[in-house]
Amino acid sequence: MNRIENLFKNKPSDVLTIYFTAGYPNLNDTEDIILDLDKAGVDLIEIGMPYSDPLADGPVIQASSTESLKNGMNLDLLFEQLKDIRSKTQVPLVLMGYYNQVLQYGLEPFCKMASEVGVDGLILPDLPVDEFNELCAPIFKRYGLTCTFLVTPSSTDERIREIDAASSGFLYAVSSHSITGGNSANNLSEYGSRLAALDLKNPIQVGFGIHDATSFQEATAIANGGIIGSAFIKAISEEGELDNNICSFIQSIRSKE
Amino acid sequence: MYNANEKGFYGKFGGAYIPELLHNNVEELRLAYLDILGSEEFKTDFDALLKDYVGRPTPLYLAQNLSEQYQTNIYLKREDLTHTGAHKINNTIGQILVAKKLGKKRIIAETGAGQHGVATATVCALMGLECIVYMGEIDIQRQAPNVARMKMLGATVISAISGSKTLKDATNEAIRDWINHPHDTHYIIGSVVGPHPYPDMVARLQSVISQEMRIQLKEKTGSETPTAIIACVGGGSNAAGAFYHFLADENVRLIACEASGMGIDSGQTAATSFVGKEGVLHGSKSLLMQTKDGQVVEPYSISAGLDYPGIGPMHANLFETKRASFMAVTDKEALDAALELTRLEGIIPALESAHALASLKQLEFKKEDVVVINLSGRGDKDLSTYMKHFEL
Repeated sequence: MNRIENLFKNKPSDVLTIYFTAGYPNLNDTEDIILDLDKAGVDLIEIGMPYSDPLADGPVIQASSTESLKNGMNLDLLFEQLKDIRSKTQVPLVLMGYYNQVLQYGLEPFCKMASEVGVDGLILPDLPVDEFNELCAPIFKRYGLTCTFLVTPSSTDERIREIDAASSGFLYAVSSHSITGGNSANNLSEYGSRLAALDLKNPIQVGFGIHDATSFQEATAIANGGIIGSAFIKAISEEGELDNNICSFIQSIRSKE
Repeated sequence: MYNANEKGFYGKFGGAYIPELLHNNVEELRLAYLDILGSEEFKTDFDALLKDYVGRPTPLYLAQNLSEQYQTNIYLKREDLTHTGAHKINNTIGQILVAKKLGKKRIIAETGAGQHGVATATVCALMGLECIVYMGEIDIQRQAPNVARMKMLGATVISAISGSKTLKDATNEAIRDWINHPHDTHYIIGSVVGPHPYPDMVARLQSVISQEMRIQLKEKTGSETPTAIIACVGGGSNAAGAFYHFLADENVRLIACEASGMGIDSGQTAATSFVGKEGVLHGSKSLLMQTKDGQVVEPYSISAGLDYPGIGPMHANLFETKRASFMAVTDKEALDAALELTRLEGIIPALESAHALASLKQLEFKKEDVVVINLSGRGDKDLSTYMKHFEL
């Protein structure tokens, strides 16, 4: 069974997903960040493939992508950095990036490499559901990769069902109509009830705007868990040792006060 | 076969490669645009504004001295004579009417050199709508007069400080703004780029150029169709407008001129069809200048309006099917052509349009041929560049 599916089967609530941009703050931090996150008790890790034009990301993540590209990050190097990761951790790993990166690498070669290094799923926010269903789904399936799509508070019920049907692993519920790093929606509980009433096949992770213990708890109250990106990038941009920054940030999120 | 299908594909190019966060915005427009553009109300308002406000139809001028120089018959479609000085206004007039019909109160736009920004700020002033223009930090420094124009027209100019701080980043910022304002805002894209329905909508709005050409050619030459039509291509909106009503006339040669900057292989170029590959940018699949890793490459041209790392999906398809021939024109060739037109005809062209004019040196026409060059804009905005290069 895919590690992501396994995760949600064994732990249906309070699932903490952390996003980081590969190659940031330093080119070769990828493995250390993954292992530190795993040690700190993070359930699922989203590895950002830095992109020059990250449309669905806010300023913090874009700045980290720009920095990472300057550091010299590319997909060949990322796969190289990940090639021994499965001998060190079984934490579920998802790659997040933009469709053009996958197209240029080649859809099938990309999926093959991702699968070989032990990646469990992909998030490509600008991959249209139609194109996924027509072109990508069989290839993702062949390599055992899940594909997570996004839904938003303004997605219609019909649209959410369509997206849920195409998705596997988990569904990414955007908390509000704003790009990452902004504030989360006021009517989160209403949104949560609507999603719950749709009885979707995928577990749900809420993302966008989650930045502390309170907002994480708001997310876990309406879904299987939450995703933190920008706030984590900010935390590891601070001065100090990377592992200490990671550890104290995750502790601050998990604290129940 | 050269127009968009209902999903916005021109052959394999086009579509809507957008994050779900934009789905409703784009879908609202997609479901409404054909009905609005086809309505009597829209047509009446659009035609009236184009006539009395923009100054259409623009003349089709037989440039006799230029014709003599190249031993053929060269007509200039005078988009440079429109209000605000370039074809960009055709699109913004159309889109502001669409925005009003959709009940939008707030208009956003991206701009590179500032021409589209000015055209957008102009129609917003006319219609009394709030206007926010995203412009790369570097372009704001380079294009101070247009920034001042936009501000005088009442627009707010926001500096795009992400990525490379130029047009592509201004476009990213505008798209993000639209994500954050899903209900009250219309995004006026300035070229035939972006997710479906933008390329098709903008091409339809610009198609007034070729619609007029057919009528004017018939009057002046006795035939609606010329031998060739030449236009410059950055994103490609003036070329889309100039080609539109001739796409099905396979005997009409369509010639698209891209800016090759310092030369195609110099690394300082914007000649997408020569150095680009299939990819996804700003919501559509097209040809795109990128690294082997799929990172978008920053283009270069002396002409800010051609300084874009992609071309519209319609043009990518015209390239792929060989319906249009693509030519590369360097900075130097464009400058020479600008000076040549100025001295022969007393018309100072925009640097963008000068790229179309420069192709005359690379092409061969017969004495009886009829060649139409789309003179997309006037050169006022480029005076500082001309002053520098011609030591005026």
